Parts: sequence; C-alpha cells; structure tokens
Amino acid sequence: MSEHSVEEIKKHVRVYMLVFGSLAVLTAVTVVVGYLELPFVPALIVALLIATVKAGLVAAYFMHLVSEEQVIRSLVWLSLGLLLVMFLLFSVYYVDQIGLMIFGF
Amino acid sequence: MADHAAVPEGHHGEDVHHTSFWRKYIFSTDHKVIGIQYGITALLFLLFGFSLVMLMRWQLAYPGEPVPLIGWLFTDDTMPGGIMLPEFYNQLGAMHGTIMVFLGIVPLAVGAFGNYIVPLQIGAPDMAFPKLNMASYWAFFVGGVIMLGSFFVPAGAAKAGWTSYAPLSVIESMGQTMWLLGMVFLITSSLLGAVNFLTTIVQLRAEGMTFMRMPFFVWAQFITSFLLLLAFPPLEAAAFLQLSDRLLDTSFFMPSGLVVSGEVVDVAGGGSPLLWQHLFWFLAHPEVYVLVLPAMGIVAEIIANNSRKPLRGYKAMVYSLIFLGFMSFIVWAHHMFITGMGQAMSVFFQTTTMIISIPSVIILTALFLSLWGGSIRFTTPMLFALGFLPMFGIGGLTGLPLGLAPTDIPLHDTYYVIGHFHYVVAPGTILALMAGIYYWFPKMTGRTMNDTLGKIHFWGTIVSMNFIFFPMLIQGMAGVSRRLYDGGEIYAHAQDVIVYNEVMSIASWVLFVFQIPFIVNLLISLKKGKAATDNHWDATTIEWSAAPSPPVGHGNFHDLPQVYRDPYEYSHPDHDEDYWPQNAPPAEASED
Amino acid sequence: MQIPFTVAPRPDTGVNNAKIGVWLFLASEVMLFGGLFSAYIFLRIGAPEWPGEIGGHMYERASDILNVPLATLNTIILIGSSVTMVMSWASLAMKRFDRYRLYMGATIALGFAFLIVKAFEYGEKFSHGYLPAENNFLAIYFVLTGLHGLHVIGGIIVNMYFMWPGARMWKTDPKRFTNRIEIAGLYWHFVDLVWIFLFPTIYLL
Repeated sequence: MSEHSVEEIKKHVRVYMLVFGSLAVLTAVTVVVGYLELPFVPALIVALLIATVKAGLVAAYFMHLVSEEQVIRSLVWLSLGLLLVMFLLFSVYYVDQIGLMIFGF
Repeated sequence: MADHAAVPEGHHGEDVHHTSFWRKYIFSTDHKVIGIQYGITALLFLLFGFSLVMLMRWQLAYPGEPVPLIGWLFTDDTMPGGIMLPEFYNQLGAMHGTIMVFLGIVPLAVGAFGNYIVPLQIGAPDMAFPKLNMASYWAFFVGGVIMLGSFFVPAGAAKAGWTSYAPLSVIESMGQTMWLLGMVFLITSSLLGAVNFLTTIVQLRAEGMTFMRMPFFVWAQFITSFLLLLAFPPLEAAAFLQLSDRLLDTSFFMPSGLVVSGEVVDVAGGGSPLLWQHLFWFLAHPEVYVLVLPAMGIVAEIIANNSRKPLRGYKAMVYSLIFLGFMSFIVWAHHMFITGMGQAMSVFFQTTTMIISIPSVIILTALFLSLWGGSIRFTTPMLFALGFLPMFGIGGLTGLPLGLAPTDIPLHDTYYVIGHFHYVVAPGTILALMAGIYYWFPKMTGRTMNDTLGKIHFWGTIVSMNFIFFPMLIQGMAGVSRRLYDGGEIYAHAQDVIVYNEVMSIASWVLFVFQIPFIVNLLISLKKGKAATDNHWDATTIEWSAAPSPPVGHGNFHDLPQVYRDPYEYSHPDHDEDYWPQNAPPAEASED
Repeated sequence: MQIPFTVAPRPDTGVNNAKIGVWLFLASEVMLFGGLFSAYIFLRIGAPEWPGEIGGHMYERASDILNVPLATLNTIILIGSSVTMVMSWASLAMKRFDRYRLYMGATIALGFAFLIVKAFEYGEKFSHGYLPAENNFLAIYFVLTGLHGLHVIGGIIVNMYFMWPGARMWKTDPKRFTNRIEIAGLYWHFVDLVWIFLFPTIYLL
C-alpha cells in the first residue's frame, strides 16, 4: 500500500470520509433500534448485522483489506473461520443440552 | 544443546563490532543463541519436572513411608519427617504436568529446535524479528521463574492439576494465582514465537525454496506455530477470567450455591465450571499436536537421512499435517464426554475425533514405509527415531477408546488416560527430541556425541519407559483412579493391580539412572567430542550442506544458498553420491 | 547481517515482514477476544435472566444499567480516531509530514478522550456499588471493556512513540516510517473493530 501516487491517495481520502459518514450513520441506527426495545431475536439480528457491516467497512477500507495481498486475506479468513467455529460450537453445546430456552422456545 | 561453547570459537575474530558478553550470550538476538538458551532452560525444566514425579512415585509405591536419602531436605508443611502430605502430592502432580508440557517439551521442541533449525533449513540469515525472538525467550524465562517461585508462597504451588479445573482452582490457595500469572507469560512468549516463526517461514525462504521443497520439519513447525497462534489466546482469555474470579471475586466459573467444607461459598454465582473446561481444552487439544508435530518433523528428517532414501509420500504427509492442524480445533470436547453433553454434540466430537486419527496414521505409515528398501544406518539418532514410531503408535491406538464416549466413560480419569498420553509425549515426543539432540548436536557445536553412551541411553530409556507406562494401561482398565494419593491401597478393585505401583516406581528411578550417560555425554562432548565435518550425516537439507558447523555467528551462511530441488534426494539415480544436497547446482541444465 | 524484506515487499508474497507479523498478531487477538466473547455467549445462554439481579433489583435490559449515550459518544470518538489515524498515514504517503503530526496528534487526543469518557462511566458504576463481583453481567462488562481499554492504552503508547521519538525515522528512512505508521494503524483500527462489536453486544442487547 505504500506505492501510491499523490492522486491515488487523494482518492483514498475521499473514500475514508465516505466510510466515516456511513459508520456514524450506522452507529446512530444501532442506538435508535436499541431504544425501540424490539424482542430479543430481531434485536440480536439487527445489532449483529449492523456491527458486521461497520466492521467490514473498517477492515476493508481503513485496514486496506480490499486491496491487500492474498497472503493476508487468507490469514484473515482463517482466523474468522475459526472464530465462527468457536462461537457456533460454544452455543450449540448449550442448546443441545438444554434446548432453545434462550430464544423463548 | 550446548552452553556457550556452542557459539563458534572461530568467529570471535570475525566479530568486528565487539559485542559484550551480555549482548552475545544473555540478551542475544541471534536465533542460534536463543535456540540454545531455550534448549538449556527446557532441559533443566524437564529434569526438574521428572524429579517431581520421581518423588510422587515413591509415595505411590510405598504410601506413608518416609522418603529415603532426601526426605530430610523438605519442610514440615510438605513432608514432615520425610512422609509426604497429600497437599504436597497434589502440588507435585499439578506442577509436574505444567512444567513438562509448558516449560519442558514445548520450549524444547518449538523454542529450541524450531529456533535453531528452521532459519537454517530454509536458508534465512536469522528470524524475521530477532528482537521479538529475544523477548519471547525472556517472557518464557519469567513465566518459568514465576512457576518455580510458586512452590515458596504460603500453602505452596498450584494443587488443582495441570488442567486447573474450576471451581477447585478458584478456591485454591495463592499458588494458583502464581500459576495463572506464569501461564500468561508463557502464553505471551508462545504468541511472540509463533508470529516470528510464521513470518520467517513465509518471508525468508531462500531463493528456490518453494513451500513444497521445505523439509518436513519446517512444515511441522509451520503448522505448530499456527496452532500456538490461534489456540493459545482463548486460554489467555480463560486465565484472565480465572484471575478475575480469584482476585475480584467475580463468578465466571463459580456456580450458584457452591458448597465447600459444608459452607456455601459467598459469591454471586451463576457462572459455569464447564466454561473453563471449554476454553482450556480449546487450547489444550491443539496443544497435544504442538507437542507431537515437531517430534514427527524431527523423526522424518532423521529417517530420510538414515535410510538414505526420500520420504515416502512427502506430499501426502504435508497435506495430512495441514488437515490435522485444522481438525485439531474441533475435537476438544472429547476430553469432556462425562460432563453430560447432549447427544448431538457427543456424536459430533466422536466423529471429528475418529477423523483426526486418519492424518496421524497417514504420517506414521509414511514414516514406516520410508524405511522399506532403505539402506538403514543404525546411528544413535536413528535408534531414537525408530523408537518413536512404535511408541507413538501405542500412544495413538490407546487413544481410540478415549475418543469414543461409551468406552471413554469408564476409562475417564483412570490410569489408562495417564498411560495413553504419556505414551504419546514421553516415549513418543521425548524420544524424538532426544533423537533431535543427537542429530543436530554436531551442527550446533561442531563436535559429535559419543555413540556408545548414546546407545546405552537409548536402550535404557526405551525399556524403562515401557515398564513405567504399560502397567498404567493395565491399572486403568482395572479402574484405578489417577488421582489417588496412596496409589489405590484402600480400594478392593485395585488390589489385583496394585503390585504394579512398585514396578512403575522402580522403573522411573531406573529411567533416571539411564539419563546420566546422556548428561555426561552432552557435557563431555561439548569440549572433548570428536570434531564433526560441516555435513556430518551426509544430509541433503541445507542446514547441513550449505552452513558450516557451527553456522556463522551472524547470518548463518557465508553466502545465502540457492535451492534447486526437493529436500530428500537421497540415492538419486542421476547423481553419483547417495545424497544430492538441495543447494548443489544441477550438472545438466535439464535437471529439475 | 541484514534481514531481507524488512522494508521492500517480498516479490512472491507481495508484502513485507512487518505487515505479515502484525496481521498474525491481529489474528491471535481475534482469538483472544473471541475467547472472551464465547465466554459471554456461554454465560448468557446459561443465565435465566440477563442482566439479572443487581443489588436486589431485577434488570431486564442492559441499557437500564449501562450508560448508552456515553457509550455512543465513545463509539463516535473511536471511529473518529480511526479516521485521523488513516489520515496520518495518507499524509505521510503524500509526503506531508506537518499534516501527519496534526492527524497523529488528533488520534492520540481522541484516544485519551475515549479513556476519560470510560473513566466517567466506570466511576458512575463504582459509585452505585456496581462492582464486578455483583453479578456476571457486570463481571463480563468490566473484563471485556477493561481488556479493550488496556488495548487502547497500548495503542496510545505506540502512537505517542511514533508522534515524538519514533518520528526521527522520517528523516532517515521515510519509506520504512510510512510502513510503520500503516502497521500501527492496523492495530488501532483493530481496537476500533473490537469496540464496534462490544458496543451493541454489551450495551444494547
């Protein structure tokens, strides 16, 4: 990422400002949805969806993943995959044992 | 595994910028010195951890009798009159496991061999981040000191086992806090090391050293580093949570209404003891592969070299290794079958456990097949490497019943489990590590170790190890629990097999006696060993063929090597000698 | 002795050593926070009520205990600091060292602002007697935000180093210095990223 002309960087900067704007808007949306006091499952889905989009924006543009080399991207996918496996098995373990109490079933 | 003599005398002159003794040997950033620092420290810890268990074995063989000769050395709150207290027995047990795994084998296999050999085998002048490498060693050292120091705090070291299961560990004495602090340092050290290894292997391979031309040992270290990098952090998280449970009185692992000594513990409750087990085994199952993969790597190097033919199925071995790495993250709950997990989870973990045995079998089979038709040289390292194969085989096969819930439930927490995993790590990994020491000693010091002493060491070790661990399998199948301070004396079901306690204990002391030739050999060969040539074993990998023995002080090689072919081109039909080094330029342009 | 590829990228991987190193470190950080989030999931699924009873009072929602407006402010602060951080790198890439100083200074200031707001939040909890030992919701809240706070402090220290003593490298080796700021930025953005998940899961759900 260090081999860029001044012109290109200026283009980058415009993107950064756009990303900042979207992040601010999305934060506002999360908070507003939080005050709506939705039932748990929709609230969970909305909150995680927005958080993922925000995180994606930060990772893609601020952390330059969108134009990063394959080596780095594979590493990111690997750790995200493991993270997902961990979350999934930790929650499924409980659900398998006690049923879907948490979701009100 | 040498002390300062390992740094070449010949290079004092070359060192133009006079580095001080401290810079050169203590706070060195040279991967070779750091590797040797790791090696010495780890060997001392191995010896210490072994001493702990030799004391325990006295209590198991002769419960309640005073320890002879050294009993008087101990204080009244550990062994009054030389008779071991149960609390002290528990400290020994917990610390034996912790020290052997985290301070002995991992630092020796990864810290010492990985550090010393990997940059040489890929043709790199050093690790990618030399200062980080030094920080990694010193974090490890501090962690080790904290662990040792925990024996001297009030009520002694951690007593809750090397697994530190909650809630027992949360209500433990101060030693457990030290254990957790020590672990945080050790984990940090491993993380720094892993980042460094991975970067080095990805970035600093010599020209022509493609991934599929890397020696198997480097591949093993590569996958091991991934496991360290991604599996250790959850345990660090768990250690933080347990520290907070102990110091801030939170109840992450404390259930509501827990009763200790007849009184309800005064905590908020609502926590989950199982959470600790999940986080712990999320690390500790990959950790098993951290212990064994470098050993497989060492054995592969030595077998290829001493059977004078290429490894059979190098690619299959590499792919198995990668698959093994992935799978090791999703088998952890097979340590927890008796926690009352649901049917679906139990089936899932049994299936993944059976699947993960396939790549290990492929690797082991490939190693066996590599012997087929070879012209085997029975050198000392080769003996140890050959010893590894059946021992690891027993370790692996005895694991199968533990991977299936119906057979695991009666065997859980018996001596069978102890026998099983000791076969994997003691006659398995430790034999391989010994093989590595004998194999690379000439590279590290420029001198060779004595063969006769080496053979005495080998035969004594393998025989006595089997006398220690095989009876454990028998005792375990009779149902003897692994946690009994008196070795099962008061239980009727243990009476038929209790006689083995004495056999195992004597074998463990005999094992110690047979380590003396090794120690003597190591120390004497440093100064008086026969001088070794640069390529002492006529090997093809570039740590032997391109670097002098010992390698150049800074930068390893006189000129960075260029690699032309696969790692194990032994007895190649197009080449006159029976080995064709990776860095030897091809004679005809058509080759490779 | 010179370690290859400390500044220039290796041709076949396309990156330099430091970048691979920091991403590996971040991968391990993902698993560290992943472990804590898993603990959160595990405890939460197992709890009959969440956040549950604190000081004899039953709470239905996290937002009844925690200060959402302050946390929202902190979210904006942290996102803002990410922007200034990436701008400080862009300034270096455009060879504008004066602007770099400005943006890096802003990043550090925003980092401190985050910590000050956090300190107010903690103080408010402590004054109500909401301590980690009270219940598991508070315990996980304090551990997660506390560890995140430690990461913010670490980031501020790194940034301060590059603001003052480390900035001398701009004169001797500008390319390497630009790389270093990018690396420091990757860490700082990661800290921001963790907060992006922390905020809804702890405060809003």
